[in-house]
Amino acid sequence: MTIKEADRVLPVTASEADPTRERRSVVRPSRLRRYEPIVIGTLSVVIALTAWQLVANARIMPVLFLPGPWDVAQAFVNLFQSDEIWIDMATSGTEMAIGYGMAIVLGLVLGLGMGWYTRFQYALDPFVNFFYSTPRIVLIPLFIIWFGIDMPSKIAVIFLGALFPIIINTMAGVRNTEAALLRVARSFGASDALIFRRVVLPGSVPFILTGLRLGIGHALTGVVVAELIAARHGIGQLIAIAGQTFQTPKMLAGVIIIAGTGMLLTTILQRIENRFQNWRPQIRR
Amino acid sequence: MIDRSAKLAAKGVVIEYWLERSHALFTAVQGVDLTVRPGEFLAIVGPSGCGKTTFLNAVDGLLPISSGSLTLDGRDITKPGADRAMVFQQPGLLPWRTVLGNVIFGVEAQRTMSKRDAVARAKDQIELVGLTGFEDAFPLELSGGMQQRVNLARALLTDPEMLLLDEPFAALDAQTREMMQLELLKIWSKTRKTALFITHDIKEAIYLADRVIVFTRRPGRVKRVVEITLSRPRDLRVKRDPQFLAYEDEIWESIQEELAVPAERLVAGMPAA
Repeated sequence: MTIKEADRVLPVTASEADPTRERRSVVRPSRLRRYEPIVIGTLSVVIALTAWQLVANARIMPVLFLPGPWDVAQAFVNLFQSDEIWIDMATSGTEMAIGYGMAIVLGLVLGLGMGWYTRFQYALDPFVNFFYSTPRIVLIPLFIIWFGIDMPSKIAVIFLGALFPIIINTMAGVRNTEAALLRVARSFGASDALIFRRVVLPGSVPFILTGLRLGIGHALTGVVVAELIAARHGIGQLIAIAGQTFQTPKMLAGVIIIAGTGMLLTTILQRIENRFQNWRPQIRR
Repeated sequence: MIDRSAKLAAKGVVIEYWLERSHALFTAVQGVDLTVRPGEFLAIVGPSGCGKTTFLNAVDGLLPISSGSLTLDGRDITKPGADRAMVFQQPGLLPWRTVLGNVIFGVEAQRTMSKRDAVARAKDQIELVGLTGFEDAFPLELSGGMQQRVNLARALLTDPEMLLLDEPFAALDAQTREMMQLELLKIWSKTRKTALFITHDIKEAIYLADRVIVFTRRPGRVKRVVEITLSRPRDLRVKRDPQFLAYEDEIWESIQEELAVPAERLVAGMPAA
C-alpha cells in the first residue's frame, strides 16, 4: 500500500517535484499510444464483423438461419421507421427505470443498514441469501399472477434482480472499512454519525458502484426474460415475436438494443467510478 | 494522593480484556505506576508484546482500565478527548482526502473548530511538519515518511494538552526514521507539548526523551525509570556520546532480563497477532 520510503530523500522541501503532477513513465507516451486501446478495439470489431459478413455472404445457410451484419443493420433501420419500436422502448425503458431505481434506493438503504448494524444484518441475512441464490426469474409466474402481464410484473422482476447485488456489495463496502481508520476517528472522538458520513460512506463508494454495475446486468436480464414470457410491449417482447416469426435480423436488432443499453449504462457508471477514484495514483504502462 | 504536579498520573493501572478466540481473560498490563510531568517527553520501551501500546490506548481513552486510576490533570480518563491526540503507528489517513483534508480530520471529528479556522491553521501545521507544497497531494502519492508527517500534523492541529505517539516511526526505513526523530524534536521544542512516546527502539527513546520507562514483559509493569540528562537541543551526533551509550547499555540490560525468562512463558500467554 505505502510507497517505498527509499524513493525519496527527506526532509521534503517544496522545491521538489510536485507529486500530484508526477506520472511514472520512462518515456513520454506518444499520441498514438494514447489512442491505442480505441484503435485496437475498433480494429478487432471491424475484423470480426467482416469475417461474419464473409461467412454470411457465402450463403451456406439461409438468411433466416445466419443473417449477416448488413442484414441486421437494415433490420435495425427498418425497425426505427416503425411506430411500435418507440412504444416498445418506452415500455422497457420505463420498467427498467422504475425497477432499477427502486432497487438502488432500497438496496443502498438496506445495504448500508446491514453493514452498519450487525443485528440488522443477522435479521435480514436469511432472506438476502435465499433470494440471492435463487434465480429471481423463477418468480415471474408468481408475479404474473399477482400483477398481470403488464409493467408491474416486469418492474417486480427487475427490482428483485438488481436489489440483491446492490445490497450485498454495499454491505461489503461498509464492512470493509479499514479498522485503522475507524480507530483514528474514534481516537479523535468522532461521533458515530460523523464516522459513518466521513469514513464509512466514502470508503464504500467503490463497492456500491460495483453493486450498481452488477445490478444493471441483472435488471436487463429481468426485462428481457419477463417480456419473453408474457407481455404486450417491450424490447424483450419484440425479440420474442421476431424469433417466433423467423425474422432473425429483426430479432438480432432487438438484441443489439439491449446490449447497447447495458454497455451505455455500464460506461456511465464507469465514468462515475473514475471520478470517485481520482485519489488513486495513476499508473501508465 | 494525586500528584498535583503531574500532567498524567497512572496508579496501579490494570488492563484486562476478553480474548474471543481463546476464551480467556487476557491481562495486558498489571499495576502500572507512572507520572508524566507537564512539558515532559516521556518514552516507554519494553519487550514486544509487553502491553505498552495497550497502556497508551488506555491513556487515549480507547480502552477502559480494569482497576487503578488514570488521570490527566487530575481528571479520570474514560473516553477520548480533545485534551489528547494520538499519532498512530499506521498513518491511518483517509485515502480519498488530500493532505489538507486529512490534517483537518482530527478537529473535524472533535468539532472544536470551524472548517475555515481549521483550514487556515492547518497551513501552519503543514509548514511545521515540512509538507508545504503538498497540501493537495493524496496520501497514496506520498512516501511513508511524508504520511507520518501528515499523521503528526493532524494530531498537532487539535492543539492537545498531551501528545501520544505509538511507535510512529517503526514502519519507516532506518534513515527516514532518524530524520523524523530529528524533526520531531524540533517540532516538540517549538510546541513543548507533554509527550508520551511508545517505542521498542531503545536509541530512539533515549534520543527523544527526558525520561525513559522500561516495562517488564507481559503483563507489563514499570520496571525501571531512567532519567536522560543529555542536553538539548540534541542533534543526531548525540547518539555516539559516551553518556548516550551508557544509557543504552543500562536500558538494554534491563530489557534483556525480561527476555531471559523461560521462552514458553513468553509464548503461552501471547495474544494472537
